[in-house]
Parts: sequence; structure tokens; C-alpha cells
Amino acid sequence: MAVKTVIEAIREGMDEEMARDPSVFLIGEDVGNRGGVFLASDGLFKKYGELRVIDSPLAESCIVGVAIGAAVNGMRPIAEIQFADFIAPAMNQIVEEAARFCYRTAGDFNLPMVIRAPWGGGVHGALYHSQSIEATFAHIPGLKVVAPGTPADAKGLLKAAIRDPDPVLYLEHKRTYRLVKGEVPDGDWVVPIGKADVKREGKDLSLIAYGLMLTYCLEVATKLAATGISAEVLDLRTIKPIDQAAIVATARKTGKVLVVHEDNRFAGIAAEVMAIIMENAFDALDAPVMRLTGPDVPAMPFNHVLEEAFMPNVEKILVKAKELAAY
Amino acid sequence: MATKTQEIEAKGGQSRHRGLGLSDDQALRIYEVMRLARAIDERMWLINRQGRAPFVISCQGQEGAQVGTAAALRPGYDWVAPYYRDAGVILWFGMTARDQMLSFFARREDPNSGGRQMPGHFGSRRLHIVTGGSPVATQLPHAAGVALASKQRKEDAVTAVYFGEGSASQGDTHEAMNFAGIHKLALVFVCENNGYAISVPQSQQMAIQNVADRAAGYGFPGVVVDGNDVLACYEVSRQAVERARHGEGPTLIEAKTYRFTAHSSDDDDKRYRRAEEVAIWRQKDPIQRYAKYLRDAGTLTDPLEAEITDRVNQQVDEATEYAEQAPDPTPDDLTKFVYKEELQA
Amino acid sequence: MTSVKMPQLGESITEGTISRWLKQPGDQVKKYEGLVEVITDKVNAEVPAPLAGVLREIRVKEGTTVTVGTEIAIIEESVAAAAVPSPPPSSKETGELQAAFNTPTAAEPEPAVEQSNAGRTRLSPAVRALIEEHRISDAELMGITGSGIAGRISKKDIEDFVAKRAQPATANGEQRPTAAPSATPAPTPGTTIPLSPMRRAIATNMLKSKQTIPHAWTVAEVDMTNVVRFRQKAKDSFKLREGIDLTFVPIMVKAVVEGLKAVPVLNASWSEQGVVLHKDINIGVAVSVEDGLIVPVVHQADRMSISGLAKAIDDLAKRARAGKLGIPDVQGGTFTVNNPGTFGTILSYSIIAPPQVGILAMDAIVKRPVVVDGDAIAVRSMMNLCLSFDHRVLDGVSAARFLQGVRRWLEGFSEQVPLY
Repeated sequence: MAVKTVIEAIREGMDEEMARDPSVFLIGEDVGNRGGVFLASDGLFKKYGELRVIDSPLAESCIVGVAIGAAVNGMRPIAEIQFADFIAPAMNQIVEEAARFCYRTAGDFNLPMVIRAPWGGGVHGALYHSQSIEATFAHIPGLKVVAPGTPADAKGLLKAAIRDPDPVLYLEHKRTYRLVKGEVPDGDWVVPIGKADVKREGKDLSLIAYGLMLTYCLEVATKLAATGISAEVLDLRTIKPIDQAAIVATARKTGKVLVVHEDNRFAGIAAEVMAIIMENAFDALDAPVMRLTGPDVPAMPFNHVLEEAFMPNVEKILVKAKELAAY
Repeated sequence: MATKTQEIEAKGGQSRHRGLGLSDDQALRIYEVMRLARAIDERMWLINRQGRAPFVISCQGQEGAQVGTAAALRPGYDWVAPYYRDAGVILWFGMTARDQMLSFFARREDPNSGGRQMPGHFGSRRLHIVTGGSPVATQLPHAAGVALASKQRKEDAVTAVYFGEGSASQGDTHEAMNFAGIHKLALVFVCENNGYAISVPQSQQMAIQNVADRAAGYGFPGVVVDGNDVLACYEVSRQAVERARHGEGPTLIEAKTYRFTAHSSDDDDKRYRRAEEVAIWRQKDPIQRYAKYLRDAGTLTDPLEAEITDRVNQQVDEATEYAEQAPDPTPDDLTKFVYKEELQA
Repeated sequence: MTSVKMPQLGESITEGTISRWLKQPGDQVKKYEGLVEVITDKVNAEVPAPLAGVLREIRVKEGTTVTVGTEIAIIEESVAAAAVPSPPPSSKETGELQAAFNTPTAAEPEPAVEQSNAGRTRLSPAVRALIEEHRISDAELMGITGSGIAGRISKKDIEDFVAKRAQPATANGEQRPTAAPSATPAPTPGTTIPLSPMRRAIATNMLKSKQTIPHAWTVAEVDMTNVVRFRQKAKDSFKLREGIDLTFVPIMVKAVVEGLKAVPVLNASWSEQGVVLHKDINIGVAVSVEDGLIVPVVHQADRMSISGLAKAIDDLAKRARAGKLGIPDVQGGTFTVNNPGTFGTILSYSIIAPPQVGILAMDAIVKRPVVVDGDAIAVRSMMNLCLSFDHRVLDGVSAARFLQGVRRWLEGFSEQVPLY
């Protein structure tokens, strides 16, 4: 095992899959020569050449549409959208086309493709380089959505996504790229899509999170332990198909749940998690399910005061968790 | 710019098909598929007007452009991404009258979608027909992707993508042509310009006369052809396909044609065009024109015509009967195939 | 020289039969290397050597049965290795204990400081469920201090109270049943079939169960028509997709899981100190084998879908018939489901497997004329659910509620029920 950053894990995941399977290729803006604006694909162009690492024109709908066509004709494309905030031009191709190919042909066609997009805030990215998009796409049947928070999960889920027969939106939190380090198992390390992970066991309350918030919740759990509160931390890892059994199990175990995400509050993923808990674990609840989210403003602004006011952080999560524990 | 038709007619009318490398049998096959497309379509309108099926979207009037261009491709090896009107294309590529009627009645056995899509949403992996949805022009980037994959695997398969002149206004059209031009993809763009996008005439759709003129902006040739002259369509398609197969990149073919019926069974075309205009174009019916040519060339005789008519009618009758009896999907089928759900390796 | 004893290979196992020695005297053995195969309680287990050395003497021959703790072999330790006996596998705790437990700092809000007890009467669903399961009386409740907001009684408060009230028990008493058969004139003896280890084990367990558990029995009729129809429609595509048959058993097990979630007292064990509710739902599924009966366990059945259950049950049944079950496969059951109906019986009185408190028999599905919709007669597929329960732990009302939960789930079955 070696310690890696999230970005290293992603790069390795792509490299290993491209080496293993000649049908895997990468297409996106700046992915070739430059190696990606975050260096996610650094070195791959030199290694695999211009037919497998393609610098696309500045046209998101085309990036996804071409990936769809290539997937129809036997390839396994990885389409990179440079920032999740720029995925909107490709909405038609993702929602109306990619998500529906399998269903509308009663299984005759399927698209083994991955759309990678850096998301999330805390990088002074302002309104258009900080957004969360997981709720929008998790709502669409036919798509899978994953959001790893650790290097091991980033690598394992990327490999699983590339090998998956259906379109997967792979969300990589840009703040975690170099901030989060962790051990990544050697060898062909694959993490199954659809399985959440208890990152820390506990019995007094459950913190459910993903992405950057996972790292913050683990810090919060450590602080809570020092005050005698045992917090369990469940990393969703996959947003869709969501691991209902794991959510219900942790809710039943502690009876107190706090869901944390940086996305806007209304109709965010916490709403779905809370509904699942209500439907399946109501009788085991010792307190109402709580959530801590970003506010309902279009995105986080540039000025650091405003950005900090928007983003959940360790302090805010800790206060809310203590409120839950004391209920 | 001289159209291909003028050039071809200049070479002399008789036995044009042999001059293009088509045997008599192949020429007759093209004719039969055009006849079949028309016959199926007419039957669908009949049934729709009897209130027995909710939706028809026709190929009538455009069979020449469709079958003519498709005939230059290799079904099962090359790929097509048709749009909803392309009955002629998909019949050439191996779909049958029965497939069409099953789709029309939205039966469980419908090979395109198991009854999930409206008619005209063709798709078959086996036949290399890329599945289409209802948003228009999305198929152009798909076709570019199909062609890209052929290039990546160093295969000489050619992809042809079909669309109307209305779809040519969509951003996806621009993006796909741009991409195809950059990468010199083996992709043939076929625009069936029938003058109307539902009710919006060409003058409201673009500031230019010929969609084909845009090709220059993407670095590849654009060709205008009489869409109702099936052999002219065949010739330009064959040239474009050979260019593509030899790595010379895309071509944009614009087939000028006309839609005899309303946009669909939900449209009333009397609201936006005059009966006289339709009548004029009916005089240029591609099927009748081709039949006349084939007779003049001695390839189509009365007995052969009768044989073809019988075969076509029989197929349409058998297909209708079969599809009418075929079972509908069950409520169980609703939730299947959201995902491919393959067994994990 | 180190003595190797017959190990206890599972809870409530008291003896083992030497099946096959894997090493002979004079052989070198490595620590953890397989030493001998033992048959106990219906399964074969390979016992590893507890230390490295040379096997000097075999003390119990193949085919002999000895009690746990009996010396079976002697190993001379090799000089190089320090003899450290390997510890038996310990069960894993599901909860986490705190590393440090500091008193709260002054900065933290202390809800218990508030004297207002406005929140006392507000009982959360979890608290209500615990009150019922632990049979906490109103008088006892009055004495519990609420540590939640406004004096709310929290789940933790109840758990602390129960812990103070009860000392958790781990093992049930192991009593060998003393059967004293009355002397009656015996009939003329014929052939005597020797008792196989499995037959012995079944006899012991059945006798112990009937002697220690006051069995009560109740039956509910279930209209299985919806399930029968669904299965008829779904079984072919299921077989094609999964490679195994979709029998009624996984559907039944799922229904039972739902019933147990609604009436958790049936997923429990009796002890003198209190009824121990189990967190996991591990369903034993009775499988008929050559020698008799074996009950492999589907662990955490409540986490599985119907198709997951089907696969798990199919795998266990196959392995049971092939004699390839391991010890963990037959341990840890919290409730058992029995399916005598495959042989046509319509009512069955099954014997509870201690330390469980219930066993459900699904008898045959038979088409009967029944009254539906007021006064009409219809032919429906009917099945009897026969529940044997430990009357120390629960009463007829809970038993009936459980059956009702199972019945309703089955009768409400439709294509909307997800298989996956």
C-alpha cells in the first residue's frame, strides 16, 4: 500500500484502465498536451497517443455526444467536463440521450461511458468553478453518480465506473485533489458502485456525508469523541444507486442522524437520505433527522467572507452534531 | 453550382444505373425498397385515420433521397444514424415491414424499443442503426463518435447521419461537423432538405439557399443533389462514401426533396402550405420517376412490376396482421432496462 | 510435550468425532496447518495445529467420539518456535467503546441542567419501541431521568436503565437431558439402525428444546394467490438472468423478516435476566439432507433483497446436500423457517431450535374455494403459516401480530415489490 493524493489516485486509475483495455480513451478540453488543467491526465498523452487522449474543441455537448457514439461503437470513453459548472450545455446529451439509450431500446444498446467532472468549493472559484451537481443528475434514472472522498475510493470507483456497462457521472471534488491523502491498496483495486462505507464506527449518532464533507465529518467525529460522544461516519461514496441498506442500518443503530453536504439545501441529496430513513427506520429514531447544507443561493461567491459563509465547515458541523447529540 | 443531376443527365439517360456500377438486380432492389417504404407508410395512415393507432410520421416523398444514399453503404458493416423520417434508410439496412408495424403498434416485440418509443425512433445494434430519441440533431455528435471509434480501431467502416434542414440549425450540428472536420472522420452528413421544419419554411430557418454551403466552413466538401432522383443520390453518396473510406474525411450531401404528407399525423399542413404546391411536387414523385426510368431502360417489365407489387403488398398485409395480434408490453416491463444490469465479471 | 485437546468448535457443541487424521506420528506440523478433521453437530471442521512441532502421538482413533476438552494428540514443540497457543476466534462487537471519556467542558451546552421537564412526555419512536421490548412499566419510567432537551427521555437513558436492571447473559446452561424411559413391554426387535452423529445431534437438540421451552402454537391462513401469480410470471426470466430457480422460499423469508422487524420479540432469546433482543436477523432455513435435517443460516437476511436471499439460500442448500457446510453456516440463527409443505402437509407443529424463541412452518399451497369481496366464492391459493413460539418470552397477541405482519406482506404482494 502507498499513500497517495486524490489526484494521483485518479490519474493512476485512468492509466491502469487504459493500459488494461485498449478500448478506454479520454476526451476533453486540455486533457492531452497540457495533461488537464488540474494535471489529472498528466503523462497520459505521451503514453497513449493522440487517438486515445483527445484534446476536444470547446464544445461540451459534442464531448458527451461523441463519447456516446464511441460507446455505441465498441469503445469505453472517459469524457471530461472541465468544471461541473460547465456541464449545462451537455444536459441534453446526458439526460435525453445517454441516460435513456438502454431504456429506450429495451436493453439493446448500453453505454459503458464515464463523464468526469471536478466539483465543489473552497478554492476561491466563485459562482462558476464551485458548484455541486450531484442532486440534479442523481434524479435522472439511467445514470449512475459517484462522489468519492478519499484516494482509495477515488481510484477504486473510477475503475468500477470505467468497467460499468452504464453511463456514470464521476464527480471529483477539486478541493480534495491535493488536500486529501490516504492509503491506496496495490494491485487491481476496484470499489463497487452502490456501496457506502462506514469510515468510522460509532453508536451515539451518525454523520452521513460525501466528497469534501466526508473529511470534515471525520474531523468532527474525532472532536466529538473527546467529549464522550461516539459518532459513526457513513461515507455514501455512491449517490446513485444510493446504498439504502447502509443508510438504514446506521440510522437504526444510533437513532440520531445528521446529513451533511455543501450543495444547496432544497431538494439536495440530504432530502432523499432523510426520506429513506423516514420510510425505513422511523421506529428506531430517537431524534428528527437533521441536515447541514449550503444555503439556497445560486453558488458560492468569490469574496472569502461570502465563500466561508456559504460552505459548511468543521465548526459548523460540530455545533450541529452536538445539538443532535443533546436532543 | 451545377447539381449532380445536371451532370448526370449530360452523360446520357439510358442505363444510368449500369454506368454507376449497379446491376439490374441491384437497381430493382432499390426500387422495391422504395415501394415498400411507401406502402408501409400508406397503410399506417389508413390505420391511424381509422383511430386504431395514435401516431404516424412519414417518409412519403423522400424515399429517393433515403434509399439512394443508403444504397452506397454496406449494411451491417457501415453505420447509419437516421432521423425519424428515414423509413427508406432503415429498410435498406435490414429492418422489415413487420418491424415497422410492430413499432407502429408499439408492441412488446418492437425491435427498436419494445414499445417504449413512438414510431420513427429507429434503433438496432445488430443492424448498425444508432438509436434515436426525439430531441433533434443529437444524433450528429453520436455519429461523429461512431466514426471516431472506427478511426481509433483503424477500421474502414463509414457512418452516415441523416437529418432535416431544421436540425441543421441546432448547435449540435455545428459541433459535430466541426469535430468531424478536425479529425477527418469517415462520416457522411445527409441533409434531407424538404423545405419545412413542421411549418417553418426554409426562409425562416436560414439566411442561405443551400445547407451544403456550410461545409466549407468546416473544411470539407458540400454537395447539392436532386433528392427525388434516386440514382443521383446514389452517385453522390457513393462518392462521399469512397472519400470517407479512403481517409479523406467527411462530406455534406444536401438532398433537395419534399414531404408529401403533413409533418405527422398530429399536424395539419393546410395551415401553412397550399395544396397546389404539394401537387407540383407530387409530379416529381421519386418512385414514379424511377419506375419510368427503369421501364425506359428495359429493366422493369410489367411482370416484374406486378411481382414487386404483390411481394410488397403481401409483406405489408402479413406485417399488419402479425403486429395487430402481437402482445403489448406488460406493466412488469415498465421498470426493466433502466440500467444494463449485466452480471458482474 | 504439548497436549492437543478436542476444541469447542461452536457455541453449545459438547463433543466431536474424529473423522480423519491429516498428520501421522513423526510428521512435522506447522502452526495453523491442518492436523485433523472432526465431525461435530452435522458439519466437518478442519482443526489446525495450535503450535509448530512434531506430532508424537495420536490419542483418539478415527471414528471415535469424545467430549470437548479430551486429549486427542500430543505434539512436541520444535525448539525454534515459542509455543503460543492460538486463541479461539472471538466474536466481533458491533458497537465501538469510547477511547476516552472526559467530563464535558464548561463551553458545551448542558441540556440536563435545565430543570424544565416539558420534554419528558415526548417519547421518540426508538424510546417507545425499547419501552415495549424491555417491558418497562409506567412506574419504572417515572423513575428514569431524561438527559435530552427539556428533560426528554432518550434512547440512551432507556439503554442505561436496562443495563443497570439486567446483567447480560452469554451462555445458556448446558444440561444433558436425562431421559428416563418408562419400562413397557417391548415389541419384537428387528434391525437396529446405528445412530449417525447427525441423528444423535438432532435427538439431543429436539429433546432439550421440548424439555426447556414451553411451546405454544398458532396458525394463520394466507392467500398466496398474488405471490403464486407473480412467481409464475417472473420465474423464467429470473432463471435466465440468475441461473437459479425462484422458489417460494426467498419470498417467504423476506416476509418473515418483515414480520420480525414489526415484532422484534420473536427475534430474541430467553435468559433468566431478561429477554435478549438480537440486532441481526439471521434466518435459519431448514434443509432436508440424506441423514436427516440441517438448518443453515442466512446471516443478516434483513439486508438482502429477494434475489439476494434466493442466491444465498440456493448456495446454502446446495452445500448442505453436498456436505460442504462450515461451522459459521449453521451458527448464529435468530429465527427459523421450515418448509414441510413441499411434501404436501397442510399443518405442521415444528420444534423450536434453542436459543431461538420461534419457528415458522410454511405448509403446502393448496387451491381452495374461499369467500371474497363480501359473499362471492373464488378459487384462491391458500397456505397455512404455523408458528411455534416460546410462551415464556411472548404471548399469543405478539405471535398473532407477527403472523399478521407476514400474512399482510404476502397478501399485498405485487409486481411493485422489488426483486433486487
